[in-house]
Amino acid sequence: MAATTYLLLTILLAASATFITRALPFVLLKRVADHPLLIFLGRFLPPMLMVLLLLYSIKNENFLSRGFLPELISLSAVFILHVLLRNPLVSILGGTALFMSISQSGLFPG
Amino acid sequence: MKQPFSEVLKPAFRASIPVLFGYIPLGTAFGVLFSELGYHWLYASLMGLVIFAGAGQFLAVGLLANHAGLAEIFIASLLINIRHLFYGISLLSCLKTRGWRRWYQIFGLTDETFSLLTSINVPDGIAPDRFHLAITALNHGYWILGCTLGAWIGNQISFSTVGIEFTLPALFMVLAIEQYRAIRRPALFVAAVAIGLAVMLLISREHMLLISILMAISLLLMAKGGRPWQRLRTFS
Repeated sequence: MAATTYLLLTILLAASATFITRALPFVLLKRVADHPLLIFLGRFLPPMLMVLLLLYSIKNENFLSRGFLPELISLSAVFILHVLLRNPLVSILGGTALFMSISQSGLFPG
Repeated sequence: MKQPFSEVLKPAFRASIPVLFGYIPLGTAFGVLFSELGYHWLYASLMGLVIFAGAGQFLAVGLLANHAGLAEIFIASLLINIRHLFYGISLLSCLKTRGWRRWYQIFGLTDETFSLLTSINVPDGIAPDRFHLAITALNHGYWILGCTLGAWIGNQISFSTVGIEFTLPALFMVLAIEQYRAIRRPALFVAAVAIGLAVMLLISREHMLLISILMAISLLLMAKGGRPWQRLRTFS
């Protein structure tokens, strides 16, 4: 598959999926959207999802090696920043800046 | 009687200023990240135009970078936006417009638009439908602007961007902490880490997301107890 085709398909799928989640309650009857099972999943699935996405998005596969230290240090920084200041932009940009400087410094070769 | 649209736009702009200050930096962060993939910056604008979802678009960048399969892309995008289901439910009775305006409002129902629509009072003498439509359109505009700006900046900057992909795990760390604040159930987080690591290390890294999401759903249904498939029958 050509790179542009893949990108366009991804955009199409992401756009459709997003629209479906926004339109579904307006299309389904309220009775179905209010089903206890859906409400239960809607409440407890997102926290698990965020953790899974966090694990999925870490590119470095060597969780147990010394080469994982930049990720570990920067993730801890994001955690501490966000618990203390609770400003998403500060936490994300601060952690990323730290990660970029560590990985570019070559302190922890994988 | 209809007042000119500019008279609706002015109060709508004032009401949407907080979103402007939120969307420009977040959209810019997305754009810079997207530009690392090496595509033309116009695609970042296209994504802002047709997807219009913060976490969803960040996720799409991560999926593109990992060369994820199309089914995985669709399901992951569906699930990351699952909270939108519940916004819709609470707005069911409020959205009175019909036709394309209605569908556009539904399309533009982001976290921020939802919180504006549910918390801001419509000024006197202005039709609520047109006011809500203007807010949605303005927010959409800020978002496209931010995405475009970021992708354009990302193409210009010359400093080394090695490691910039860390914005993704950082974003999900922040979202996970916010989830914990809303639902204080440590067991959910421990279970998710266990499932994710087990699937990644023992089964498949490539299909980790899909397999572990299915396992998480099964676990939740089992935890709810009873026979979930019997409960599903009450749908009919």
